[in-house]
Amino acid sequence: MYPTHKAGDYLVIALNGEVDLYYSPRAREQILGALESGAHVLVDLSAVEYIDSSGVASLVEGYQLAREKGLRFALVGVSQAAMQVLQLARLDTVFPIYEDLDAALAAAAQGQGSADERAGP
Amino acid sequence: MVGDKGAEQAPQGAGDASRLLLELRFPAAAVELQAVRRAVREALAPCCAEQEICCAVLAVNEACMNIIQHAYGEEEQGEIILQIYDAGEALLFRLIDFAEPVDLSRIKSRCLEELRPGGLGVHLMNSVMDECTFLKCPDGVGNVFQMVKKKRMRRNDDVSDT
Repeated sequence: MYPTHKAGDYLVIALNGEVDLYYSPRAREQILGALESGAHVLVDLSAVEYIDSSGVASLVEGYQLAREKGLRFALVGVSQAAMQVLQLARLDTVFPIYEDLDAALAAAAQGQGSADERAGP
Repeated sequence: MVGDKGAEQAPQGAGDASRLLLELRFPAAAVELQAVRRAVREALAPCCAEQEICCAVLAVNEACMNIIQHAYGEEEQGEIILQIYDAGEALLFRLIDFAEPVDLSRIKSRCLEELRPGGLGVHLMNSVMDECTFLKCPDGVGNVFQMVKKKRMRRNDDVSDT
């Protein structure tokens, strides 16, 4: 299980290490499980050393489920390795992305960060 | 995982000057991928810039994922052979499996305007490699997938001069 903690009204899920085909199912399970329970979700990618298309797919699924449920879903502290893959997939402009937790919480306080705010493709 | 590193031999169709940097034979399973990525990184470290290594690791990983998920599928057990050649002006990555030949008409990079979880792997491989092609299998069994990455940087080009 990836570590989680509460921050404001968000549940923060801190992915770490190499989020690949072996590890991404547990990331997916945690992200979708949190959203199913009605939590707003921040996925902290600051300690992600590698992410492949299966890991990115877990984020996309989370984003889509949040939109369906009217919940907030965002990424924070995206590591360089993760950002490179998000940019290749052209998803860096789709997800709400914040530099750190404080920025995400400040945006939430101003009513930003909802997954359905962004038109998305 | 079985690995033979540094053997000197020319691959078919890759030119006489090609040098085998890495050959691995491993079970087609997700649990193997981390070690495969490490091996690719180590094999390329002496001759490639960091950015090229990252691209190669990403593409090889995605190609292995496709074999695990789509060529063999969830039920089938199988093996993958990965070969990396230094062909002078380019690096050549060859992935061999022993599954049923893939239906090439079903392999396509998805439209990125369409937001959905799957189908990113082909796009990522095409983005970071110069060529991605299936070669004809010599004995008609399995698949041979080849990726080519032209060399653009020397080993230390990504290190700033001081």
